[in-house]
Amino acid sequence: MRSWFKSGAPWIWINASAVSISLLAVFGLLTLIAIRGLGFFWPGDVVAMDYKEKNGQTTHLIGEVWDTEQVKTEVLRANGFDMPQDKLFVTRHVLKVGNRDAYGVDFQLILQPHILKQEQPKDLLVVVRREWGNFYGYLQQVKENGQVVATGSATAWQEFEPRLQRAVALYDQIKHIEKSSIGVINAKQEKLRLQQRRYELNNVLTPDHQAELDAERSELTNERVVFEKQLTDLYNQIKRDSFTATIQDGRVIEIPFSKVVKAYQPNAMNVFSKSWMYLANVWEFISDEPREANTEGGIFPAIFGTVMMVLIMAVLVTPLGVIAAVYLREYAKQGAMTRIIRIAVNNLAGVPSIVYGVFGLGFFVYIVGGSIDSLLYPEAAPAPVFGTPGIMWASLTLAIMTLPVVIVATEEGLSRIPRSIREGSLALGATKFETLWRTVIPMASPAIMTGLILAVARAAGEVAPLMLVGVVKLAPSLPLDSVTPFIHLDRKFMHLGFHIYDVGFQSPNVEAARPLVYATSLLLVLVILFLNLAAIRIRNHLREKYRALEG
Amino acid sequence: MIATPNNASPARGSELEGKLTLYFKLRMILDKVVRYGVAFGGIGIILAITGIFAFLLVEVFPIFQAARITEQAHYQVPGLPQTPTIHLAIEEQNEVALRVAANGSLTFFDTHSGKLIKSVQLQIPRGAHIVTFANANAKRATFALGLDRGQVLLVRHDYLSTYQDSKRTITPSVIFPYGEKPVVVDPRGKPLNRLAMQENDDSVTLAAATGDQRLLLVSITKQKSFLSEAVTFERNSVTLPYPTAEVTQLLIDKDQRQLYIASRNGNLSVYDISDKAQPRLLQHLSVTHGATNLTSLATLTGGISLLVGSSDGYVSQWALVRDENNNEQLVKYRDFEPLPKAIVQIVPELNRKGFIAIDEGGSAGIYHTTAERTLVRQAIASKALQRIGLSPRANSMVVLDETNTLSFWQIHNPHPELSWSALWQKVWYESYPEPRYQWQSSSASDDFEPKFSLTPLSFGTLKAAFYAILIAVPLSIMAAIFTAQFMSPRMRRTVKPSIEIMAALPTVILGFLAGLWLAPMMEKNLLAIILLFVVMPFGVVFTAYAWHRLPAKVRFGVAEGWEGALLIPAILMVGWLVFVISPYLELWFFHGNLVEWLGNPNKGGWLQGWRIDYDQRNAMVVGIAMGVAVVPIIFSIAEDALFAVPKHLINGSLALGATPWQTLVRVVILTASPGIFSAVMIGLGRAVGETMIVLMATGNTPVMDPSIFQGMRTLSANIAVEMPEAEVASTHFRVLFLAAIVLFIFTFVVNTLAEVIRQRLRHKYSSL
Repeated sequence: MRSWFKSGAPWIWINASAVSISLLAVFGLLTLIAIRGLGFFWPGDVVAMDYKEKNGQTTHLIGEVWDTEQVKTEVLRANGFDMPQDKLFVTRHVLKVGNRDAYGVDFQLILQPHILKQEQPKDLLVVVRREWGNFYGYLQQVKENGQVVATGSATAWQEFEPRLQRAVALYDQIKHIEKSSIGVINAKQEKLRLQQRRYELNNVLTPDHQAELDAERSELTNERVVFEKQLTDLYNQIKRDSFTATIQDGRVIEIPFSKVVKAYQPNAMNVFSKSWMYLANVWEFISDEPREANTEGGIFPAIFGTVMMVLIMAVLVTPLGVIAAVYLREYAKQGAMTRIIRIAVNNLAGVPSIVYGVFGLGFFVYIVGGSIDSLLYPEAAPAPVFGTPGIMWASLTLAIMTLPVVIVATEEGLSRIPRSIREGSLALGATKFETLWRTVIPMASPAIMTGLILAVARAAGEVAPLMLVGVVKLAPSLPLDSVTPFIHLDRKFMHLGFHIYDVGFQSPNVEAARPLVYATSLLLVLVILFLNLAAIRIRNHLREKYRALEG
Repeated sequence: MIATPNNASPARGSELEGKLTLYFKLRMILDKVVRYGVAFGGIGIILAITGIFAFLLVEVFPIFQAARITEQAHYQVPGLPQTPTIHLAIEEQNEVALRVAANGSLTFFDTHSGKLIKSVQLQIPRGAHIVTFANANAKRATFALGLDRGQVLLVRHDYLSTYQDSKRTITPSVIFPYGEKPVVVDPRGKPLNRLAMQENDDSVTLAAATGDQRLLLVSITKQKSFLSEAVTFERNSVTLPYPTAEVTQLLIDKDQRQLYIASRNGNLSVYDISDKAQPRLLQHLSVTHGATNLTSLATLTGGISLLVGSSDGYVSQWALVRDENNNEQLVKYRDFEPLPKAIVQIVPELNRKGFIAIDEGGSAGIYHTTAERTLVRQAIASKALQRIGLSPRANSMVVLDETNTLSFWQIHNPHPELSWSALWQKVWYESYPEPRYQWQSSSASDDFEPKFSLTPLSFGTLKAAFYAILIAVPLSIMAAIFTAQFMSPRMRRTVKPSIEIMAALPTVILGFLAGLWLAPMMEKNLLAIILLFVVMPFGVVFTAYAWHRLPAKVRFGVAEGWEGALLIPAILMVGWLVFVISPYLELWFFHGNLVEWLGNPNKGGWLQGWRIDYDQRNAMVVGIAMGVAVVPIIFSIAEDALFAVPKHLINGSLALGATPWQTLVRVVILTASPGIFSAVMIGLGRAVGETMIVLMATGNTPVMDPSIFQGMRTLSANIAVEMPEAEVASTHFRVLFLAAIVLFIFTFVVNTLAEVIRQRLRHKYSSL
C-alpha cells in the first residue's frame, strides 16, 4: 500500500475525480432543470384526505402533492407535534391546496403519520382560473343566468365542458377587441394628439389643420363607440354561466365561467388523455400570454422579445465585427499596435456585462436617445420616446458587448485561410478587394457564422445589462404589431432570462411560480445549448475543410 | 477573363480596350474606396469600443471636480443702507433676495441688479426695538425677531411663481404664522438679548437670554378646536439656570429636541428639551481649542450635527452620540480646514450635509461634512464680511461686506458628497457611535446623510470571488490536469466540450438554482454539504485502492485513462451515503439541526458564547454557484496550457524513470504554470464581474463580514439593483458609474495580465 501511495496513483485518482465531479455537475444541473421543467406540464393527480391537525381536530384536505421530504421527529416534537417515539424521521408532504381566495395560502404542510385516510376521487375537479390561482373541489351545479341547469357531479360535468368552451371563445373575442381593435384606435388617437402638438410647436396650427384633426378624431370616436357596444354585448353574454363546487372545508363556492381558463378531472383521466393535455399545456406555455403577475400562463412575449432583441443585435453586430476584423487582419500593418489592439479587444470580452449595461444606459439611452428625442420628437415631450430604455438600446448594448466575440472569431477564420489562396487570386489579377470579397470572406464565412452564433448565444442568456437598458417584467405590447410603423424599436420588451429572475425572485408567490421558472429555464437552456452545439459543429466542419486545403 | 483581341478590327479593339481600361479603373477605384472605407470603419469601431472607458470616465469626472464660485453682480444694499442688516435670504429660483434690516423693514430685491421689488415694514410696538434675530428652520423660511420688551415677532417669507408667455414672475410675500402681533416670551418685558427659535406646523419653541440674565424656554402649541376650527395657542414656559459666563449663542435643533447654550469662551451646555416642561441638562463642555472664542453656531441640515465656528477660523462638527450606557454625549466629529480669520457666520445647505462659512477677513469656505471635503476656500472680498444668504438649492449666495456692498455669487457645486475618504475610508456618520464603512445610498427622509462607501461593496465583490475561486480552482485545475495528461484521447474529445458547454449556461439560471434550490437545500442539509467536501477525497482514494487490489484481469479490462468514468458511480455512492447518514449525525451531535446549533451551540456547554449566524443565501451558496460558472473557464484555458506542454519533455522525464505523477508535478505543471495562473486570473475576472448569480444567491446586504455563512453585496449587484432608480446626473448615479469603472479597471488589468502571460508561455513553448 505504501508503494501504491508513493507511486502517486492516489493523486491521479483524485484528479480523475475532479473531472467526474465537473461532469456530474454539468449533467446533474441539466437533469435537474429538465426534470423539474418538464414535470411542470403533467396534470398531476389530486388527493383527498382526512387529516389530523396539530390541535387534534380532523379536517378534510384536497390538493396536489407538491413536494415530499424527510423531517426529523425531534425537530417536530420541539415544535409541539405529537410524534411516535420509535421513529427518528417522518415523511412530510407539501400539499398544494390552491383556492387562494378562500384560504389565503396555496400550500399546507402534511405529516404522513397524521393522514387518517387518503383517496383519489374520480370526480375531483381542478379549475385553472384567471385570478387567484388553481381551484380544487367537487363540482355541484352548473347554472345559467342564476338558474340551475344541472346538479350532481356527473351530470353537471356534461354541461360543464360546452359552456366552458363557449366562455373561453367569448373571452378570446373580448381580448381581441380590447387589444387589437381598440388598441389601434388608441394608437391613432395618440398620433393625432402628437400631430396637433407638432403643429402647435411649429406655429402652423391653422383652422384647416384643426378641422382635419377634429374630423379624424370624431371618426375614431365613432369607431370606438361601435367596438364598445360589441364589448358590452360580449360581456353580457360571458356573464351568463357559472358553476358551484364544494371545497375541502365544505363551503360551496360559485365561480363564473368567465374566470375559468380550463378545467379537468385528473383522477378520471388515463395516461393518453393526460399526455394529450401535457402537450396542450406545453403549447399553451409557449404560445400564451402570462397571467397573474407572470406566475401563471405562458411566456410567449418573453420568447418573442428575446428573439427579436437577439435578431436586431445580430444584424448590428455582424457588419461591425466583420469590418473591424477584416481591417485588423487584412489592411492594418501588423506590429506592436495591432497586437495591443488584439489584446484590448480580447479583454473587452472579459469586461463584466453590467459595465456594458451602465454604458448603454448612460450613453445610448440618455445621450443618444435624449438627443433623438429633442431633435425628432419634440411634440412628445415631456414623455420620452427614445430617451428611455427600449429594445433598440438593449440590442445595441448587447451588440457592443458581443462585438469582441465576433471580431475574434472572424479574425481566427481569416488567419486560417492559407496564404496560397490569396496569392493565387492576386496573381490572377484580382484587386485586394476582389480577393477579399470573392475568396477570402466566403471561405471565412463559417468562422463568421460561428462568431455570430456564439454572440447570439451569449446575448440570449445575458440579463444584467438588459435590466438597465430596456427589459421590463410585463410589456403592454410587443415590439412588433399591426400598428404602423409595425416595428417599434422604442418599446420595452420582455426577456426569458429576466422573466426567470423576476418570477423567481420578485413575484409575490414564489413557491407556486417555481415550476414555471424551471420550465422557462429549460427552454432558455435548450435554446442556448442548441446555439452552442451548432457553433461547435460549424467550427469542427471548418477545421476539416481547411485541413484538406492545407494538405 | 481578360481576353486578348486577336481577330478583332483595330477600331473594335481600341473600343474594347477603352472599356477595359474603364473597367480596370473602376476596379482600382473600388479597391481604394474599400481600403479606406474598411480602414475608417475598422479604426472607428475599435475606437468606439475603447471609447466605453472614456465615456465612463467622463460621466464620473464631475464628482471629483472642485466647486466654483463666480461673482455675478454687486451693488449697494437696497433699502435703508445706514440701518444694519440682520438677515439675508434667497428664494429657490435665485431671482429674488430678501434683506431684513434692524429697524424691521423687509426688502425684497432682484438678485442680479439689486433693484427693489417689494418692501414691507413690520409692525413693531411703539418704542420697542429689534435687538436679536433668530433664523429658524430654513426649509420653512421662518425667522424670529427679538424685541427689547420681551416679545418676539415670527415672520415667514414666501414666493409665488406665475408664468405668462413662458416667462416666470416671482412674487414675494410675508406671512405671520403666529399672528402679526408679537408673541410674549418674557412676561417681565426685559430685552431678549439672545434668541433661538424652531417651529413646525403646530408648535414653536423659543429660547431667550434676557437682559437681566435669565434663560427662558417657551413653547407654544397651536390647538385647533374640532368644532369651531378656531385656533388657540397654548403657552408653556420654564426658566433655565443662567451659565456663569455671558450667553452669546442660543440654538435649538430642527426637531425641537435639543437646546444649545454657548458662551464666548467656548463653554457649551446641551439640554434635552423633548419634554418642554422639564428640560434636562445633558452635558456641559468646552468646544473650542484653548483660548479661542466661539463666534458662530449652527446646526447641519437634519438637526443632528452642531457646527461650531471659532475665532481662529476653525469650524468643527459635533453631534450627540449614545455611549455604551445609552447616555447621549456631544462628541467632536471633525475639524474643517480653517479660514484665515474669525468665523462670522455659518450657513448650512438645505438639502445636503454641506455648509458655507465666512470670516472677518473676507474669505468664504464651502465644505461638506461627510466627505470631509473643502470645496471652496478663497477670499471673496478685501473687506470684512458681515452676513451671507444661501439659496435653498445652494447654488447661489448674497454676501454683504462692511461697506454695505452686496455681491451676488453663483455657486457651481453639484457633487460635494464624494471624496477619497468618503468612498474608501471609514467615515463617522451622524448618529453612529464610531466611524465605519457603510453603503446606504438613499432613504425616505430628505435630510438623510447618504453613505457612499464603496469599501463594503468591494469587500463583498472580493469575498464572493474568493469563495468562488476557492471552490473552482482545485476542481477545475485537477480536472484539467487529468484531462490533459491522463485521459484517453477518445474520452477527452467528449469530456472537454461537455465541461466547456457549461460556460455558455446563462448565469441567470445558475443564480436561480442557487437562490431557490441550493440555498434552501443547503440550509436543510448543511452538515451533508460540509461532509461532502471532507469525505469525498477519502472516498475516492478508498475506491482507487480497492480497484488497485482487484485482480489484474479485471483491472486490465478497463483501458488506461478511463478512471474518471469508473469514479462516477463511486462519487454518487459517497454523495448518497453522506446525505443518508448526515441527519443521524445531526441528531447525535448537533441537537438535530446544525444551522440552529451554530447559532446557539452552548446548549452543549463546551462552546460557551461561541456562535455563528447563518444566512440562508450566504457566501457558500454563492461560492458553489459561481464556482460552477467559473470552472469551465479555468478548466478550458488550463487544459490548453497543460496539453500544449511539449511531448518530448514528458517522454524524456518518463524515460529517465520518473513515475507519471513525478513527471506531472516536476515537469508538466511547472512548465504550464504560467498558463494555469492566467486561467485562474481570467476565472477571477469573471467571478468579480458576475452579476446575476450574486444578485439572486445573496441577500444583497452590504455588510462587511468575512464569514462563509453570511451574505454580501457586490459592486455589480449593487449597480443592477440601484441604477434603474438613481436620478440621472445625481451624485448617486455617478457613484454607480464609478463602481462600473472600478469593475472595468479590475477585470481589464486582470485579463491583460493573463493574456500577456499566456502569450509569453506560447512563445516559450515554441522555443522548447
